Amino acid sequence: MIPFDYVRPADPADAVAAVGGRPGAAFLAGGTNLVDHLKLGVTGPDLLVDVSGLPLDRIEETPTGALRIGATVRNSDLAAHPLVRHRYPALSRALLAGASGQLRNMATTGGNLFQRTRCPYFQDTSTPCNKRVPGSGCSALGGHTRDAAILGASAHCVATHPSDMAVALLALDASVVLLGPDGERTLPLAALHRLPGDTPHRDTVVEHGELVTAVELPDRASARHSTYRKVRDRRSYAFALVSVAAALDVADGTVRDVRIALGGVAHKPWRAERAEAALRGTAPTEAGFARAADAELAAARPLEGNAFKVPLARRTLVAVLRDLAGAADGGTRHDGREGGR
Amino acid sequence: MTGTTTDRAVGTPLPRLDGHAKVTGTAPYAYEQRPDDAHPLHAHPVLATVARGRVRAVRTDDAAAAEGVVAVLTHRNAGPLPDLDGARDGELAVLQSDAVAFRGQCVAVVVAGTPETARHAASLVRVEYDEEPHDTELRADSPSLYAPEQVNPTFATDTDEGDVDAALAAAAVTVDRTYRTPMEHNAPMEPHTAVAVWEPRTDGADAEGTDAEGAKGTEGVRLTLYASTQGAHTVRTTLAPLFGLRPEQVRVVAPHVGGGFGSKGMPHAHDVLAVLCARAVPGRAVKLALTRQQTFPLAGHRTPTIQRLRLGADADGRLTAIAHEVVEHTSTVKEFAEQTAVGTRLMYAAPHRRTRHRLAALDVPVPSWMRAPGEAPGLFALEAAMDELAAAVGLDPVELRLRNDPPVDPESGKPWSGRHLAECLREGARRFGRPGGGAAPGSRVEDGEWVGTGVAASTYPYYAFPGSEALVRYDGGGRWTVRIGAADLGTGSRTALTQIAADALRQPVDAVTVELGDTELPSATVAGGSSGTASWGSAVVAAADAFRAEHGHDPAPGTRASAGTPEDPDAERYARHSFGAQFAEVRVDVDTGEVRVPRMLGVFSVGRVVNPRTARSQFVGGMTMGLSMALHEEGVLDHRTGHTVNHDLTGYHVAAHADVCDVEAVWLDEVDPHVNAMGARGIGEIGIVGAAAAVVNAVHDATGIRVRELPVTPDKLLG
Repeated sequence: MIPFDYVRPADPADAVAAVGGRPGAAFLAGGTNLVDHLKLGVTGPDLLVDVSGLPLDRIEETPTGALRIGATVRNSDLAAHPLVRHRYPALSRALLAGASGQLRNMATTGGNLFQRTRCPYFQDTSTPCNKRVPGSGCSALGGHTRDAAILGASAHCVATHPSDMAVALLALDASVVLLGPDGERTLPLAALHRLPGDTPHRDTVVEHGELVTAVELPDRASARHSTYRKVRDRRSYAFALVSVAAALDVADGTVRDVRIALGGVAHKPWRAERAEAALRGTAPTEAGFARAADAELAAARPLEGNAFKVPLARRTLVAVLRDLAGAADGGTRHDGREGGR
Repeated sequence: MTGTTTDRAVGTPLPRLDGHAKVTGTAPYAYEQRPDDAHPLHAHPVLATVARGRVRAVRTDDAAAAEGVVAVLTHRNAGPLPDLDGARDGELAVLQSDAVAFRGQCVAVVVAGTPETARHAASLVRVEYDEEPHDTELRADSPSLYAPEQVNPTFATDTDEGDVDAALAAAAVTVDRTYRTPMEHNAPMEPHTAVAVWEPRTDGADAEGTDAEGAKGTEGVRLTLYASTQGAHTVRTTLAPLFGLRPEQVRVVAPHVGGGFGSKGMPHAHDVLAVLCARAVPGRAVKLALTRQQTFPLAGHRTPTIQRLRLGADADGRLTAIAHEVVEHTSTVKEFAEQTAVGTRLMYAAPHRRTRHRLAALDVPVPSWMRAPGEAPGLFALEAAMDELAAAVGLDPVELRLRNDPPVDPESGKPWSGRHLAECLREGARRFGRPGGGAAPGSRVEDGEWVGTGVAASTYPYYAFPGSEALVRYDGGGRWTVRIGAADLGTGSRTALTQIAADALRQPVDAVTVELGDTELPSATVAGGSSGTASWGSAVVAAADAFRAEHGHDPAPGTRASAGTPEDPDAERYARHSFGAQFAEVRVDVDTGEVRVPRMLGVFSVGRVVNPRTARSQFVGGMTMGLSMALHEEGVLDHRTGHTVNHDLTGYHVAAHADVCDVEAVWLDEVDPHVNAMGARGIGEIGIVGAAAAVVNAVHDATGIRVRELPVTPDKLLG
């Protein structure tokens, strides 16, 4: 294999210094994506800085009532945490909808945010890919586009972001704590991931050497009425065709607060701000949900192989809002769709 | 469920005898062989990245210079394959020319001290190609379609009886539909692996001699190949002449195999590649394990099919015409013609019948066996068309099949050795409930899901191959050993053969040890066509009978007897086929089109069941694979490059545990008196046949949407 160095730093600052000091260095946490890429030749770091043993594995409430999730908290542990299940059901369901049990036991909160696309051309070094080799071309365009983006894509890249967790976090207004050589900064999750534009090799705005140390979730009423729905080709271990994370707060027959994020449709987890705006202050009706979905998806530019994602996203979004509104009304539709689906 | 009063072991659910070893990790699979070899070498192939062309240059300097690399082989230095029997198997002519016939063909291989080094060095090999235009897309109107001489294994390509066109024109009700199935790939848990050791002659001479056959330097050579194969002797008889060796010079060892489904039924390129590497480093063990991605182009696949089904019937649903015309692909280096329409020839009676197979030789990897080749895709189309006919006639789908159940084989006119399709259908309907339920398709919604049920018939031929031999030895102390070079793919054949041997010897099962999976043992035929128990079991019973005849009831320790597969006079007298009825319930999410299959039931007629435990596993496994075929499996070729873009188990979906709910298999209590000493017809493949049609028919019942192109993914049900 390609030789590389490997270190286990003692604390986050050492980790940041180790990666920041070497252009070819990379952080290694759960390894569920990076190790695959090492085998496939998608990437070839010359130094792996293993952060999985850093003391960033706690979930705790902050004085403001927010939930602070350490970057190395495993997906399985996060999904099962009582506060997460109670206050942020969308997050728990999203985590359990991702990958497989074995992978969730390894994958970390921080690492999950930096998953790379599962576009088959990105993962296959024998085909051109602008994300893997800038300027080499996009093989997906004109090729297999079933998994490709319908929103925010560019002529250079139509890849989708694969994370379930990040979609839920986006709808829950999470922020990300980053430690860099110059200290700590906090970014809204919405500002973390990028659209491809003409630099699709950059998935996020994070600079080389910056390390996610925690994710913070505000305590909001709507978060308690949140859910995650993932539509996929098989019932586990499949990436989303389309997914919807939504939080809905209805009072006196009016939508007081609503937050929606879509997965499987764009280069990043997609905040559906147009849909939210269309719903806020209106009555929660099926027709209103459909209008909101249409408002969001008016910008969709599907390709031949993924045109179905537009009606699928619309229908899934409407179904999720219908379920949430029904639950808010006290009526529930039995659907057996707890996490894991 | 089965078993007669004279049987003791056969018919009992004996747990797998190798189960403990397997779950404790002590059963050696091919790649784990040679555990005492401290420094085995490892090979990693380099695969072509163009679909058609010539290798202009292979730059191996960087790879050869990498630390730990022992050899880099290309078509320039891999050495010839003498191919003594002139088989000219294009799939096995590995590294013999600069021609590239499909993307993923092997163009070089690196041998190194560790698998990681070999893989890394393989990535350093630079191959330059003169690319040529290619075509990988199967089209029904392709101008290059041709009729093969026969279809797998030896069936007629076309059949005609009566006047199909006139009968269709005159029929009260007709169905004329085209169904499509995609490229499908076997995904055994154990990937395709081999360990090869080429031991040169030990008399001091070097490799300059030429034997009578023209092969240089192979006299005195011993080749040992630890293979993941469905037939050790098949590998030997194929590879020995390829390498200029006599069969006695080759030993193939395969005691445990982690699934094959046909993809390990005959040697593939990686077996040849392992031996080529071993020949280049004589005396050293060379291990080769294909990555999962590499198995997609190199381990065979099921051809995509385009199937036109035309059925004509009278107003009561009695078939007057059946036409099943198939278009499928093969490779340019080797022909494999899947027998897709063959099952249709015997399923239903009709005076006017036609089947056709046409192939396009495309620049694609070599297609091969995948569980129930022919019947699996063919019965999907036929049984979906029957469902459409039932709707057109306004008849219950079970009743339609009962009305067209032929009293004798429609093709040969021979009596059935036992055709119990009607019983399977009736028993299934009794247990499962009448499929269709009487309500209009798309009219039942429960909890946000459309609900529907479907039925389909299944069939699989009885195969027993001649040429197996078994040896029975009395070891003394009440212990017996039975030797036969058979294979156990994980099916439980080792256990079933032990049961058969125990009864034939009139001994308890724990007195008998069956040894298999080695060419040092008596010759055995391949584990293919669901033939293993029949072919090998017959030889075992014959050997036990011979032992008793020769040595009586009080043999001395060390006494032995051998016998081969006996004559099979009923082969010409009877049409011998297994049958089954498959039922499925589906629930389709009204919003998203996602399909759940909460329950499936298969009722099978397969003759005697030797071991209900392992048999159930075969049926349920086959049905699960059929569910997977219905909903998930699709190899996606990018026709611009000839590349299977979803070439891993993330992208190529097989059913996950969460997709598989209540799958129940039962079987009729029967013994087929016209097949073999066990009365058993074989169980490995029938479970997949018809299962996909049952699911698709249920989807139609649920949604009113008729999907004629597999797999049934959510996008096809969004309406």
